Amino acid sequence: MKKTVEVSIAIAEAVKNCEPDVVACYPITPSTHIAETLAKFYADGELKSFIATESEFASISAICGASAAGGRAFSATSSQGLALMHEVVYAAAGMRLPIVMVVGNRALSAPLNIWCDQQDSVAERDSGWIQLYCESAQEGVDTAIQAFKIAESTMLPVMVCVDGFYLTHTVEQVEVPTLEEVRKFLPKFQPKVKLDPENPISMGEYATPEYYQGFREDVHRDHLAAKSRIVEVDKEFEQMFGRSHGGLAQGYRIEDADYVFAGMGSVIGNAKEVVDELRAKGKKVGVLKIRSLRPFPGEEVRKLLEGKKHVAIFEKSYSLGSFAPVYAEVINSLYPLRKRPVVSSFIGGLGGKDVPTKTVHEIFKMIKKREPLEIWI
Amino acid sequence: MEEYFASGHTACAGCGMPITVRHALNVLGKDVIVVNATSCLEIVSSAYPRSAWGVPYIHSLFENSGAIATGAVASLRAQGNEHTKVVVFAGDGSTYDIGFGVLSGMLERNDDVLYICYDNEAYMNTGNQRSGSTPFGAATTTSPAGKVKHGKMQWKKPIAEIIAAHQIPYVATASIGYMADFESKVRKAKDMKGARFILVLAPCVTGWNYDSAKTIEIAKLAVDTGLWMLYEIEDGKFKVSYKPQQFKPVADYLKMQARFKHLSEEQIKTIQEHMNKAWAEVKQ
Ligand SMILES: Cc1ncc(C[n+]2csc(CCOP(=O)(O)OP(=O)(O)O)c2C)c(N)n1
Ligand code: SF4
Ligand SMILES: [Mg+2]
Repeated sequence: MKKTVEVSIAIAEAVKNCEPDVVACYPITPSTHIAETLAKFYADGELKSFIATESEFASISAICGASAAGGRAFSATSSQGLALMHEVVYAAAGMRLPIVMVVGNRALSAPLNIWCDQQDSVAERDSGWIQLYCESAQEGVDTAIQAFKIAESTMLPVMVCVDGFYLTHTVEQVEVPTLEEVRKFLPKFQPKVKLDPENPISMGEYATPEYYQGFREDVHRDHLAAKSRIVEVDKEFEQMFGRSHGGLAQGYRIEDADYVFAGMGSVIGNAKEVVDELRAKGKKVGVLKIRSLRPFPGEEVRKLLEGKKHVAIFEKSYSLGSFAPVYAEVINSLYPLRKRPVVSSFIGGLGGKDVPTKTVHEIFKMIKKREPLEIWI
Repeated sequence: MEEYFASGHTACAGCGMPITVRHALNVLGKDVIVVNATSCLEIVSSAYPRSAWGVPYIHSLFENSGAIATGAVASLRAQGNEHTKVVVFAGDGSTYDIGFGVLSGMLERNDDVLYICYDNEAYMNTGNQRSGSTPFGAATTTSPAGKVKHGKMQWKKPIAEIIAAHQIPYVATASIGYMADFESKVRKAKDMKGARFILVLAPCVTGWNYDSAKTIEIAKLAVDTGLWMLYEIEDGKFKVSYKPQQFKPVADYLKMQARFKHLSEEQIKTIQEHMNKAWAEVKQ
């Protein structure tokens, strides 16, 4: 049943219905409402645990401990909170702990800013976590549930990235799968290895140069293998709930398009709207949604963009001193093609700066030419 | 008198925090550098391109002001400046919880910093979540009063005692309800060397949820009911600063604030007994 609710509350409800053993959170805008809603479920006896930690460093550490001890574990954070978790983010992936975390995407200090961009999670892209960026409120809810299934079958942690405020704080009509429904979709978490006195194993040992690189390579290979799993889980979800969210990457009105807008997260919704308007005027334009930044769907992106004239990428983060991150990924994916589309990078919306649809129309005019652009809008 | 904390800040009407800062700076004067942790104070006083600060000010992060202060004072002294004081203003969230490790390092090294924690007993800037300082029974958004849990079920972390255990020269508690006492403690700490710590009770209208005209009254009542003890620990010597002749019932204080409105008589009794016991254990 659909209900009209703030997206953070819907996400928290979805997480509750996944029956986590341990939830550990620390308040930080714009993810706080997820934590607060889970705390309320706990106070009402509907959640097994809610640990209000003394820092995000403790939150993620607590859910690592919970996962290592064989439980399903969850946290939510944003921005400075994620940055403070950084050391543990890497350790969680290296230890193959299938934890799930929702990131309400927000800019990083300094200067302090509480509004949306994606620098916080993009900065963690090399950590070994799967990262899925959500386009809509409904996708945020559904991806939170899918994430447990992906994580627990790949033994890789999953970050569900939802744009701060644009998604976390909007009130929308969403469908939250019920406890019974989720039980049918998501099997009980039964890890093959855990801290168990009956079968003692060691976790997080130190590895000498002889072994270390092998561990890193394993995580990478399993990321590549996780690509098909992400697509599969999205399909299984569709079979049960009638909704899918594009697997790794997805085109919209892209088949015959000459011009393509590309990006991650809620900007995709806006891009689709503009594309519909332009299509109504006979323009050949489409959208590429990149849902999975890690693992990155290079081949899929290449297939979707082959033969296009110009691709305009909306960036909500930047690798200062180099290029915008999504641009760099896309360029890299297109490199094997003989005839490559022109790719331009539009950096906008950092720290919540407004990018109205008017600007997207202007961008469409700019990419009519065949020269690559980098513009901070 | 010159003011170093301007009135144009955007704190809620009746907030205890600007009162704390303004009075402390009036005592400290102009030769200070302020280090501030992320908090309501930072947000209400430093929205670019404005600033409420008439003294040099730096905000870095939520959890590192102790170490920023350590570095700032080391730098001043290395440059031959022996006079400028480095003062931290931080909330309870940063002091009791997320910045506690860094603060403990600053104290153990006995760095020449005056650290003032304005205690409003929760994370107010993010909308009233529990901290290590939130008192027993108080409802916050992460310790809500629900069907099976009834507000925060743990006692407040005894931070001043933990800090005193670092054997620094000066630790004091204060309340903006007893302003002369607070100011005299700042005055004393100002000219001491080494790490000094003052914990000030600074009520939050929004989070504690009371009539905004009653801030000073509530801050006073916290002391008069015995729930907030005023004391100093100077060179290891503990001294109560003020003991009311007769304590008012803790219920007088609790019932003025909606954060306690769900409490049963039984829970109020538990709080009363806890307070009685705390005073009974005090060596005066
Ligand atoms: C690492 C990190 N986590 C969380 C936050 C979000 N945050 C900013 S201020 C704040 C609470 C501050 O509480 P306190 O120190 O008690 O000061 P108050 O706002 O109550 O005055 C929080 C949780 C942050 N800025 N950085
Ligand atoms: S929320 Fe509370 S602490 Fe923050 S400015 Fe308002 S009254 Fe002051
Ligand atoms: Mg506080």
